[in-house]
Amino acid sequence: MNSSPTGGRLSTLAAAYVIARRDFVAILFSRSFLFFLLGPLFPILVAGLAGGIGQQVRQNIDRPQLGIAMTAADIAAMTRARDDLAARLGQAVPELVTVKALAPGEAFDPAAAMKGAHTNLAALLSGSPASPVLTGPADRITQWQGLVEMMAAQSASDSPRIYPSVQSATLATSRADQTQGRVLTAQLGQTVLFLLTMLLAGMVLSNLVEEKGNKIIEVLAAAIPMDAVFLGKLFAMLAVSWVGITVWGLAGGAVWFAAGHSLNDFPVPAVGWPTFLALGVIYFSLGYLLLGSLFLAIGSMASTVREVQTLSMPVTMLQLLNFFFASYAMSRPGSTVELAAAIVPFSSPFTMLAHAAQDARLWPQAAAIVWQLVCVALFVRMGAALFRKRVMKSGPARGGQRRGLIARALTRS
Amino acid sequence: MKLGEGPMGSNAGAAAAQPLAIEARGLVKRFDGFTAVDGVDLSVPEGAIYGVLGPNGAGKTTTLRMLLGIIDPDAGLRRVLGHDRPHEVAHTIGYLPEERGLYPSMKAYDAIAFLGALRGLPLAEGRRRGKALLEEHGLGYAIDRQIRQLSKGMAQQVQLLGTLVHEPRLVVFDEPFSGLDALNQGKLEKMIRALAAKGTTVIFSTHVIAHAERLCDEVAIIAGGKVPFAGPVDVARDRIRPQVRLETRSSDGAWRAALPADARLEGAFWHFSLPESGIEPLLRALIEGQAGILSLSIERAGLHDAFVAIAGEAAARALEADKGEEAGR
Repeated sequence: MNSSPTGGRLSTLAAAYVIARRDFVAILFSRSFLFFLLGPLFPILVAGLAGGIGQQVRQNIDRPQLGIAMTAADIAAMTRARDDLAARLGQAVPELVTVKALAPGEAFDPAAAMKGAHTNLAALLSGSPASPVLTGPADRITQWQGLVEMMAAQSASDSPRIYPSVQSATLATSRADQTQGRVLTAQLGQTVLFLLTMLLAGMVLSNLVEEKGNKIIEVLAAAIPMDAVFLGKLFAMLAVSWVGITVWGLAGGAVWFAAGHSLNDFPVPAVGWPTFLALGVIYFSLGYLLLGSLFLAIGSMASTVREVQTLSMPVTMLQLLNFFFASYAMSRPGSTVELAAAIVPFSSPFTMLAHAAQDARLWPQAAAIVWQLVCVALFVRMGAALFRKRVMKSGPARGGQRRGLIARALTRS
Repeated sequence: MKLGEGPMGSNAGAAAAQPLAIEARGLVKRFDGFTAVDGVDLSVPEGAIYGVLGPNGAGKTTTLRMLLGIIDPDAGLRRVLGHDRPHEVAHTIGYLPEERGLYPSMKAYDAIAFLGALRGLPLAEGRRRGKALLEEHGLGYAIDRQIRQLSKGMAQQVQLLGTLVHEPRLVVFDEPFSGLDALNQGKLEKMIRALAAKGTTVIFSTHVIAHAERLCDEVAIIAGGKVPFAGPVDVARDRIRPQVRLETRSSDGAWRAALPADARLEGAFWHFSLPESGIEPLLRALIEGQAGILSLSIERAGLHDAFVAIAGEAAARALEADKGEEAGR
């Protein structure tokens, strides 16, 4: 008889650990993980480039000018008045461009002048300060009419207008700023959460398809319960994502703080930064586990990459709808819509993270976490059952009568 | 009747005498309305080399998968190493599936250790044994190579070593000879014999009768999802009467009346089944009838003839076609 093996029977959790450890190490030391880490740099780079180019374009093109055609004296008076106003109102006051200095009594056709060589002319001011005429498109006239009136009134005055000085008392923020800022934080949190969960759930799906391609799934299925394979894969990717988030957090934080900023530069969420960040990690994990279990169950039903894409597309679309639902609910705090979005498992993490940015109370968060944990347990169990049922299903295709994907998905094994 | 109670199948005697590594009764598996396995009974004695013989699509792989707990039967009972749930004894089983698969980025010794870890072997011990096994089987130079850097044959050997690294009590091979060259087929046969010599139960599926005939103590012949025969190879061969080949000087005479009804002349030789009464009465009749015996031989039927007799001509033709197809690859 043989010497007995050094090991023994693995429990489901121990078996899941074997799978998770293999997947974690394999993914962490793969090229795809490097791209995963560098992933956020690409949108930042694109946004930076697009922003820079946009600014340049705006500087070159988008600065509408107000043309002026009056007598030289009137032009000088109007220019002085414009500069005086611009010192107080800044960019809101358009630049004055002399189109023509008219001789007294000289006739001038402003409409014809607008068709001339000045490409940035948005409107043209003619007549006199006492009786100015503004020629241009209706919306531009509406926009600048008041300013022109102020300039004309100022230019008509002999002495410079005295403006009273305003004493300032600076506050860190106002109630209105705070609310607006928290909405921004909530939106940002939701978006990051959505992108991360979709990315990671997609990665766990690719991982499973690769496994099927490697034909190792049968070896795993013979050695350990399928539930363990399912759990191992799910948690390996979660651990990988935590590594990614930690790296991104540390790198981003280092750059941010090195530039002399602090967390307070962002609108402070209602629950405070530490709690908000902790909730972010919790909701990310729960959201990922929910979506990941669904994606893995889908992966078990598909046998080719094309089938995976076909099946995962509707789920991706539905998740996008959940994200929109949560975003909409965020704008209706305390409403039934928000409550519904907090209860629907797939929108709950997004909704509750946004809620944390706007509401300091912690008990709704605790209740949501418990609810989501229950849903995760349920989904993981259901997903694992489906995974177990479908992943090794290998009926022979008879006479080319291979059944459709949906039919196969719905058929009892 | 429950598993473990009373005799079963054609090898009832063996089952009663020996403890069984695998026992299955009435296993049924359907896929989308198609019955892939239809009431299979098996009894694999501990320490035996057991072959599951049948053409492709006969239900061999599905049967093995049910025995290993990879899939559950729709009906029937199974018991593996005394357990109804095969996963409970997974740490004492080794399995090499027909579709071999390893992680391409893993190093050879790590792949073996991982397969061991799946069966409960601590990773460090698996790595140590993995390196030792690779050295022992002449693959020492590949220890640190990634699977993707190995040839298909070498990767198959690595997976085979990974199947055995935890020293299982029961080893299940699904079409183990498929894809191996003659040299490696010989090595594998040797390895299977060595395992059995140590007391390990080996069960393998094959569509090549010669492997089963050379290696197996017992076989199950499977065709169309059913098992028309399961038992010792000798019993299978004894299903066909031994064949007699006779050459005579005289081409005709009274002695011809002594030949059995199934006698047929092929060239200079008469062929017929050994009569129920034995060879002596026939010999006497031939001598007395002055047949002039030039040569006479009695040949025991081979497993192939037994397979034809048991599973039918169609199954035998399918088996030959599978063999030809594989040779062509």
